[in-house]
Amino acid sequence: MGEELKVIVFGLAHEEYGIEVDKVRTIERLSPITRVPKTPSFIKGVINLRGIVVPVIDLRGRFGLGETEPTENSRIIVVAAGELEVGFIVDAANDVIDIDTDTIDSPPEIVGGIKAKYLRGIARLGDSRLLIMLNLSEVLNKNEIIQLEQLEV
Amino acid sequence: MDMNAYLSMFIDESNDHLQALNENLLQLEGAPEDLSIVQSIFRSAHTLKGMSATMGYEDLASLTHEMENVLDLVRNSKLKMDSFIFDTLFKGLDALEAMVQDIVGGGTGKADVTAIVAVLQSIFKGDYKSNAVAAPVASAAAVAPAVNKPAAKGLLDEFQTSILQQSIESGHLAYHITVSINEDCVLKAARAYMVFDLLERTGEIVKSDPSVQDLEQEKFDRSFVVFTISKFAQDELQQQITSISEIETATVTLLDAESLQMLHVAEAPRAQEAAPAETKDESTTDSAKKEAANQIGSARSQTAASSAPAAVSRTIRVDIDRLDTLMNLFSEMLIDRVRLEQLASEIKRSDLTETVEHMARVSSDLQNIVLKLRMVPVDTVFNRFPRMIRDLAKSLDKKIDLVITGADTELDRTVIDEIGDPLVHLLRNSVDHGIETIDKRIAAGKPETGTIHLRAFHSGNNVFIEVEEDGNGINRDRVLQTAIKNGVVTEAQAKALSNDEIHMLIFAAGFSTADKISDISGRGVGLDVVRSKITSLGGNVSVESALGKGTKFSVQLPLTLSIISAMLIKLGSEKYAIPLSSIVETAIIKREQVLEVHGNKMIEFRNSVIPLISLSRVLESPDYDERDEVETEIVVIRKGDKWAAITVDEFIGQSEIVLKSLGKYLTNIEAVSGATILGDGQVALIIDPNALIK
Repeated sequence: MGEELKVIVFGLAHEEYGIEVDKVRTIERLSPITRVPKTPSFIKGVINLRGIVVPVIDLRGRFGLGETEPTENSRIIVVAAGELEVGFIVDAANDVIDIDTDTIDSPPEIVGGIKAKYLRGIARLGDSRLLIMLNLSEVLNKNEIIQLEQLEV
Repeated sequence: MDMNAYLSMFIDESNDHLQALNENLLQLEGAPEDLSIVQSIFRSAHTLKGMSATMGYEDLASLTHEMENVLDLVRNSKLKMDSFIFDTLFKGLDALEAMVQDIVGGGTGKADVTAIVAVLQSIFKGDYKSNAVAAPVASAAAVAPAVNKPAAKGLLDEFQTSILQQSIESGHLAYHITVSINEDCVLKAARAYMVFDLLERTGEIVKSDPSVQDLEQEKFDRSFVVFTISKFAQDELQQQITSISEIETATVTLLDAESLQMLHVAEAPRAQEAAPAETKDESTTDSAKKEAANQIGSARSQTAASSAPAAVSRTIRVDIDRLDTLMNLFSEMLIDRVRLEQLASEIKRSDLTETVEHMARVSSDLQNIVLKLRMVPVDTVFNRFPRMIRDLAKSLDKKIDLVITGADTELDRTVIDEIGDPLVHLLRNSVDHGIETIDKRIAAGKPETGTIHLRAFHSGNNVFIEVEEDGNGINRDRVLQTAIKNGVVTEAQAKALSNDEIHMLIFAAGFSTADKISDISGRGVGLDVVRSKITSLGGNVSVESALGKGTKFSVQLPLTLSIISAMLIKLGSEKYAIPLSSIVETAIIKREQVLEVHGNKMIEFRNSVIPLISLSRVLESPDYDERDEVETEIVVIRKGDKWAAITVDEFIGQSEIVLKSLGKYLTNIEAVSGATILGDGQVALIIDPNALIK
């Protein structure tokens, strides 16, 4: 039996993902986003989070999953990793669950179109349910953003 | 005595006095004959000595004491100042500063000052010119391990000494008694009275310090000193005094003719050991002694602050964090105020509008006060420069006058904290590279003393700090050569550069034209650091130079880093803020007024042709393009003396905005310097006009 881990479960393009609860600041409904010019397209802009300006990125865009129009269920999950504070737009945020760290396996090369390095692992929940654990520091890695920009040029 | 309560006061005051000493010594160096300056130096040194002795920092006190001795001779025209004495005094000041810094850092303030003390003593004795410096070290060493009595108290005048002397000669016993009372004693005066009562029953009290009146009014700390003639033996007396309740200790010292003589001659009992080495002029010591007595009295009344309401100043010291919190809270309120104003204008109820207007007025007053609270005069940075320039000039064998103007100009605390280092860099640069050596100056037909002007002044929402010297100016060709050699520019680029642009090259990274590396500047780091520091503060640095005439560095700094006035504009559905400080004016132009020059759009404005910048294209606006319009609103902005017009969709109006950072994730966004939150809760980006003008 490994350690208990509390994770927030959110949906993104038919898959379920998890982020450790202690990394999550807050979960918000979509609010008006101010576009920031000259940024990669997945950076949607900035929002006012109770007096603090927080950048928001579309996780679908970040993982190259094809962006869709936001729906009633769309949420912004504000995460904090190190000094960075960033909001993720996700399709839905539905649950908080406890998982056993032993059930987390290392991820295969590609999961649902996402490269393995963005993932921390895959947790099995019961028989048919899989939870993809995100590797936050890689998702927020800025060096890669710079590379992306160069590719676009 | 609980020293901690007084420690911060001691540190603040010592720093003030050290600064005063520094400034006055510099002044005196310029006018060595002016005895009134010596007087004020003497006073500062004296206060410092009194304070440090009271606080138990003996090394500090003994060094100050020696400096004071020298100053005393100067004050009484018995010694003429010369550069050797000045250097020694400055060295002494440095040592004092180091000790105070040590105390600030939680240390004991101890330092080996024997060398400086020895030099000072040799000056005092007048034999420094014969270079017999080494001799008096022994007496200095004797001063250092000062006695453990709480403070230098108990000074006798001529009359009291003679009484004691006579009673000793006639076989009575004279004592010096230091009594200290329990810390938690409530009725200190009553206990002191009991001691006096006891002593008077058994003998006679010659003198007490503090005086009997002060003791009765409890104007003393925890201990006092009594000189008494008694018929009791030493330990008997001690036992009797300590048997009085709440008396902590009583130190009874038997006085004989010799120790009495010392007490009289030396100005404090702790100098007893050192006294034989000193043969002083009687009249000087007398006056010094009396002042010392006054001084110690006043120093103590300062420490016992509650008893001296007159000494309480009308300022309070506040933790800077609290001011920051206040500022943040106020920013939040400002956002709500804008929101309220917007709601009120929608609802259109007159009493609501009135209330909101009143609140707006109150809050703008409040804003002024909150911003002012954080303002500090630049003097707090400037005051260390005269000394620095003096030392630099001396070490380089140059003659330099530093002229400071506008030291009372105020800047936000956050800016003040950061500009010290860049200014030091600029000044060092001026001394080292700017001002020529004396020979060269004479050869160039200039006065042999170079002048550096350090100016600070307000202009709009900015503060300008200028460093201007009358040195040899920037050598355009040499700058170009070095820049090409170091790969800062290519030769082809260099040809196209204007004079000003070439001068700006000295701010490039890894650039230095100094032929030889000195320890003052010239390592090729410096000016680029200066520039990046100042830009990170939202400021700007520029340089003007004329070969052979001099160079002027001009640093532009924002008044505050937290709230600014801005013009809000619309670009389609998006709103942006442009800092008012860089807006010259707003206007409307017709399409046919736009000129094409080399494919660049220009307009004629106030008799000059300035570039027209399409904001919608710079910001990649999704739903606005000014090319569709026949008439366009423009905002004319400036950066230094360059102007440009930027096209916008619509003006919204002027507003006070709170600067917010975009966070660590979004950095270096082109043409955007930050964000602010508007009244409707939305985020608007702040445009950086400096980035628009190339």
